[in-house]
Amino acid sequence: MDIAGVLPLDVAGLAVVLWMALGLLGLALQRRPHLITNVIFPLGAIVSLVLAAAGLWAIGEHASYAVLPLGLPGLPLHLGLDPLSAFFLILLGGASLGVSLFSAGYFKSMQGNTLGLLCLEYHLFLAGMALVLLADDAYMFMVAWETMALSSYFLVTTDHNVPDIRKAGFLYLLIAHVGAIAILLSFGVMQGGHGIGAYTFAAMRAAHLSVFWSSVVFLLALFGFGAKAGLLPLHVWLPEAHPAAPSPVSALMSGIMLKTAIYGILRVTFDLLGAQQWWWGMLALALGLITAIYGVMFAAVQADMKRLLAYSSIENIGLLLVGIGLAIIFHVYGKDALAALSLTATLYHSLNHAFFKSLLFVGTGSILHATGERNMGRMGGLIHHMPWVAGLMLVGVLSISGLPPFNGFVSEWLLLQAFLLSPGLPNNYINMLIPVAAAVIALAAALAAYVMVKFYGIIFLGQPRGEAREPAHDAGMFERIGLSWLALVCVVLGLAPVFVVHQLDLVTQLLVGRGLGNAAAGWLFLAPVDIDRASYSPVFFLLAVLGVMLVTALVVHYFYHGRTRRGPAWDCGFPAQTSRMQDTAEGFGQPIRRIFEPFFRIESELPSAFDTHPRYHGRSEDRLWFALYVPIKRISEKLSSWVSLLQHGRIHLYLTYTFVTLIVLLAFV
Amino acid sequence: MMSTNQALGILFQIYQSLLVVLLAPLLTGWVNQCRAWLQNRTGPGVLQPYRTLRKLFHKDAVMAYNASPLFRTTPYILFGCMWLAAAIIPIIAVGLPFSPAADVIALVGVFALARVFIALAAMDIGTAFGTLGARREMLVSFLAEPALLMVFFTASLISHSTQLPRIVDALAHHQFILYPSLAFAGLAFVIVLLAENARIPVDNPSTHLELTMIHEAMILEYSARHLALVEWASSLKLFAYISIGIALFFPYGIAEAGDWRALPLAIIALLVKLILAGAALALLETLLAKMRIFRAPEFLGTAFLLAVLGLLIHFLLGA
Repeated sequence: MDIAGVLPLDVAGLAVVLWMALGLLGLALQRRPHLITNVIFPLGAIVSLVLAAAGLWAIGEHASYAVLPLGLPGLPLHLGLDPLSAFFLILLGGASLGVSLFSAGYFKSMQGNTLGLLCLEYHLFLAGMALVLLADDAYMFMVAWETMALSSYFLVTTDHNVPDIRKAGFLYLLIAHVGAIAILLSFGVMQGGHGIGAYTFAAMRAAHLSVFWSSVVFLLALFGFGAKAGLLPLHVWLPEAHPAAPSPVSALMSGIMLKTAIYGILRVTFDLLGAQQWWWGMLALALGLITAIYGVMFAAVQADMKRLLAYSSIENIGLLLVGIGLAIIFHVYGKDALAALSLTATLYHSLNHAFFKSLLFVGTGSILHATGERNMGRMGGLIHHMPWVAGLMLVGVLSISGLPPFNGFVSEWLLLQAFLLSPGLPNNYINMLIPVAAAVIALAAALAAYVMVKFYGIIFLGQPRGEAREPAHDAGMFERIGLSWLALVCVVLGLAPVFVVHQLDLVTQLLVGRGLGNAAAGWLFLAPVDIDRASYSPVFFLLAVLGVMLVTALVVHYFYHGRTRRGPAWDCGFPAQTSRMQDTAEGFGQPIRRIFEPFFRIESELPSAFDTHPRYHGRSEDRLWFALYVPIKRISEKLSSWVSLLQHGRIHLYLTYTFVTLIVLLAFV
Repeated sequence: MMSTNQALGILFQIYQSLLVVLLAPLLTGWVNQCRAWLQNRTGPGVLQPYRTLRKLFHKDAVMAYNASPLFRTTPYILFGCMWLAAAIIPIIAVGLPFSPAADVIALVGVFALARVFIALAAMDIGTAFGTLGARREMLVSFLAEPALLMVFFTASLISHSTQLPRIVDALAHHQFILYPSLAFAGLAFVIVLLAENARIPVDNPSTHLELTMIHEAMILEYSARHLALVEWASSLKLFAYISIGIALFFPYGIAEAGDWRALPLAIIALLVKLILAGAALALLETLLAKMRIFRAPEFLGTAFLLAVLGLLIHFLLGA
């Protein structure tokens, strides 16, 4: 269907152009900051809506392609919009809609000139992500990828006066570029000397690589996109960059940008290479499992709320990669229905994570504004001061913990179903390993609930822990709208899985050649294989729980008096209650630190029994940082120190170098 | 139009729901009575939980000044979740019309939902014991929950379904085979049952020593009707877990779907099984000693490994 010759691709392209224009307009308006927050950001949110609509339209259509009259001579830029791109455009548009609305309220207090620049970078970042999804050749893809990386680097370093933030930004930039080089190389191998025109995705799809070279491509792509996604051991930038960035930016990076890396892996592995080797899947599965457990373990011991969420993102990326790995394995062994099921779970989880993680990250922004604190150990009792933020973030917390009837549960359910259907693969090793993988997934999911109880309980519940400060204020109107949108989508995605899975069929059709088909018995029951095998109906579930609750409440209040008195807390009659007797963030994570002790590098200072002002100090650090990154840093410093032997700062010496080089070169020519 | 069978099915679903909610405190009373006998005490009688509930419902609820709405709603959520869980486990007959809405993974999810809410409510007042209980509860559950899931997975792989009625059907109405994988799963399940229901050796339901409490520490701040609902929910949870055990490991005697004449026999079979299971639980609790809280992860880790082992054995032997 095309309306008056307009294709979804045109609409998506228009949205990208509009975002760029809005960014420039924001820069021009930097003397009038209230216009930027009250007009530009809401307009950006409307563009998000347009983009999401274009994606929804395109997902059921044939792929459309366009060649732009831009680029180098003879190397035009190609755009394409197929169901895979369309799905991720919906994700981008839907999640950024909420984040942009939230930003309209959040950035109100910012200085004009910083705000103007931020507005430009913010919208360029969005446009860059959209172009990554729309790119149909390696050239366009890399340009968009770099736009995304650089604009997000500048966004991370918005508060560049703080040295730690500059450091975090540098680390992010470095790892992003190491990854980008790997991606570039993988495209280079795929293009593989097929001539100058072979840089389009269509040409790469047609090129038949040998097993060796396609494995090289896969490994390079996994490394490159893994660096962006936060795959172990390339995850170190996430817990640094996310707390450094302003909260809406963290939301975009964690909720959406990480998914562009997932998009990249799916695009290269399934679309361009056609997933040929079972060990690719095993590698992705193993890496994903390690990443998931590692991420959630570290999330449990964090005290900084944004670092906690960053580690939780690492966990979720791990789960996504597990789904991808499983899909590769099934696809290689010709079980495409199961591959479609695992891919559906992966895509569904991408969508879910985009919404609940954005919700939680922007929520931390409101908390940050209200309290000026990132350390959860100084919060507490915020539910009384910020009921809106508390209520909406509860939805996010329940969703991310994978609890029915919210959305996180649906994707977890689908993924576990895929695991349960795995028997019967012709490879015995894989058959044995997959149940172990399922166990690890279950463990990660249960730990995620631990982390989220800690996150919500320490921040919002209990009594205020810090010193008396002015009472926290609730979020403003735009912030509330943004939060509400993200929470609403979490609920809808949880209650209407049948509809979503139908749409996802079109994507899996593209990737592995088939969908789940009759994924549902009626519109109420999600049944990916058949109704006898497994089914789940969140609507019935919700109605049952609510119905039972209502009946109980009515009965209790009808038969009994339902009187309530207020009094001081009981706490076993202990009179000298203070708020410091509650668990701090460190205290709540202590059992995890103790159980998984070998994984952490723990520094702690314990007070002696005679201290009059005892202070406890503990830090749990990442062993990988010390085992991997510190040596690399040392080696590179060593190498640079050798290079610096050449450097003396005297011009005649440098002229001599030039002269010698010329002589040597002449000898060769 | 609904067929007669469907209508009967819905009637039966309502019947089972009411049966479990009324019977659950009786089971708790029976376990307590057995414990009393084993400890050479007279015991308060099996009806004591009902008297406690009645007393609690009549009292005025006292809530801390800083209790939030979350604190007030949690008992209802807890009760709703546990009732739902107990109502969808097929223990009398296989055909339960509500069961396609929630399979075993969703059942684990229901328990998790209730647990997250009670842990949050425990942190709501901000007392030392509340957060301590919440932390310990989450500690116990992060190992118990995956173990339970793995137990279910073993049963699902045998029966090729995650629907509880199908699992029970497959296990009950086929020829009697001893599945080695189920033996491991059964052992793991017993450990999970003890841990999740706050029984010895992980927790002690009748403890009065604050420092060793887990579940009781979380609900310290509840009183009157809220406490009654929480206690009732605990009974329902115990009932649900024992039902799961019966459904997975001793399903024999359960009525076929639509076979209404087998019902009276099935109910008698159920009662016998419940009485035996309750007595066994009391015996187990009397024989075991409470362990230190930091031994609990090891204990539950054993359950998790046993469950995974069961799963692996299923893959190795195909049974």
